[in-house]
Amino acid sequence: MSARAGGGRGLAPYLIGLPGGLWLAVFFVIPILVMLSLSLQSGNAEEGFRFTWAWSNYADAWEFYSTQFIRSIVYALIVTGLCLALAYPMAYWIAFYGGARKSTYLFLILLPFFVSFVIRTASWKFILNDQGLVLGPLKDAGLLPDDFHLLATSTAVIGGLTYNYLPFMVLPLYVALERIDPSLVEAAHDLFASRASAFRRVVFPLSLPGVFAGVLITFVPVASDFVNSGILGGTQTTMIGNVIQTVYLNSNDYPLASAMSFLLMAALLVGIFTYARALGTEQVMEVSQR
Amino acid sequence: MTAIATREAPPEVAPAPAVPGRRRWTRRILPAYTWLMICYFSLPILVMIVFGFNDTTGKLNLRWQGFTLNWYRNLFDNPGLTAALRNSLLIALISTVLSTIIGTMIGLALGRYRFRGKNVYDLVIFSAISAPELVLGASLLSLFITVQFQRGFVTIVVAHVAFSLAFVAVTVRARVLGLDPTLEEAAQDLGADHWTTFRKITLPLLAPGIVAGALLAFALSIDDYVVTSFVNGQVETFPIWVYGATRVGVPPQVNVMGTLIFLGGVAIAVGNAVLARRQRA
Repeated sequence: MSARAGGGRGLAPYLIGLPGGLWLAVFFVIPILVMLSLSLQSGNAEEGFRFTWAWSNYADAWEFYSTQFIRSIVYALIVTGLCLALAYPMAYWIAFYGGARKSTYLFLILLPFFVSFVIRTASWKFILNDQGLVLGPLKDAGLLPDDFHLLATSTAVIGGLTYNYLPFMVLPLYVALERIDPSLVEAAHDLFASRASAFRRVVFPLSLPGVFAGVLITFVPVASDFVNSGILGGTQTTMIGNVIQTVYLNSNDYPLASAMSFLLMAALLVGIFTYARALGTEQVMEVSQR
Repeated sequence: MTAIATREAPPEVAPAPAVPGRRRWTRRILPAYTWLMICYFSLPILVMIVFGFNDTTGKLNLRWQGFTLNWYRNLFDNPGLTAALRNSLLIALISTVLSTIIGTMIGLALGRYRFRGKNVYDLVIFSAISAPELVLGASLLSLFITVQFQRGFVTIVVAHVAFSLAFVAVTVRARVLGLDPTLEEAAQDLGADHWTTFRKITLPLLAPGIVAGALLAFALSIDDYVVTSFVNGQVETFPIWVYGATRVGVPPQVNVMGTLIFLGGVAIAVGNAVLARRQRA
């Protein structure tokens, strides 16, 4: 660490850190506390809300919208699994066999990030349209019934989510795999390990920190996403993010919406924590000690 | 983007000689798969670009009707869209300047000093980066509702600074930690005061980190839909406008603007990589 020696400058870090610290306090920490307080208030938009320890907001949130809660978690699990399965072979090949063109491959995988998130998703809506690039020709050829559709189904929403978050999974996997010393794999082969068992017993365990990071970095935003189901989905694919947005902005039932946001945040935190305890830290620590 | 450019490949791993028949996995199947995935990644981008040249007559841009440069010529014909794009650029510009200045200061404080309360900074910055955007947006909206602050341009800028600040801070901090302290000591040995040392030595050395942070902040701001959708009031930004348009049909000008933003971003990234390579050479 380059902590500077020398006395008389004790105030400096506080002074330079102050504007940013204040900004984050006022526009990040305090809003979350305000949201917590709002979630325990009762009243209505016209007459105002008062703090009444209204725990019923949480009960209501679960009673009215448990379907969307559960759906979001299920979608997030499916999408994370899909992303992991799709990303691993790619990350593996680029890390071990990408040669001098590794950076180019990664750049190509990151290309979607240069297009606005909303436009990317809108582009998928266009591609998956009932008479669009994919379904149009298939229907014309008589391979699909005329009333077949993909938009407004969970397939479309899960597909969109997978597309949008896949690069987030590739990156940490690549970083972890790229760090593995190829001579370890050679050593395994020298010891007569087959390719499969060298992968299973050497490469995969060493890549676990990347798997761990990738799963976290994908699961959390997917569970709270509402752009994909907003654009590609329908009434049967509504996720909790859509509900929160609607209740905040259209129904103006702020306490209920706050309670839902808080439930979602708490569920994600508990999930992350349990996951880290069960699989993450210990296994990650164990691997790095070997 | 720098992360991609910085590491060059170690020599290619020799595929295990033991089982020659299995080489097709690494020689054929995995590369084919990777290229297939790259095609999949590019498909919506390609569609966006191509349909910006579509000679469609109505408002809807659904089927290929022939090639035209019409939408490039009449890029700003849609007043709502043009205003939204202008808002987005202006908001991105202001929030980038603010978050770069404030974020760089935090990055300096965290990278350079040990002080009481540093853990709190670290924790808050980590949370700000990892919190779902939905929670950031919803909590800011809760604040603005509670203090009855009119939502609009100002609240969007405030929100964008709040989420890009942390990214700038960690980017700059990484650069500060990599700094060679002897360079500054040398300047001071040569009689430079603190301010001169900072201006002539520290700042130029930190510049790549600050620029990277600023680019990141700009990209995050101009692309943001989720947080903005909570705090925008009546003001429309580019992503907000496009999201609304997906319900009724996206006009071809959106494709053109998306294409131009895409090309701009790619040009900056490639330029950055080339520059980094040349500096190392």
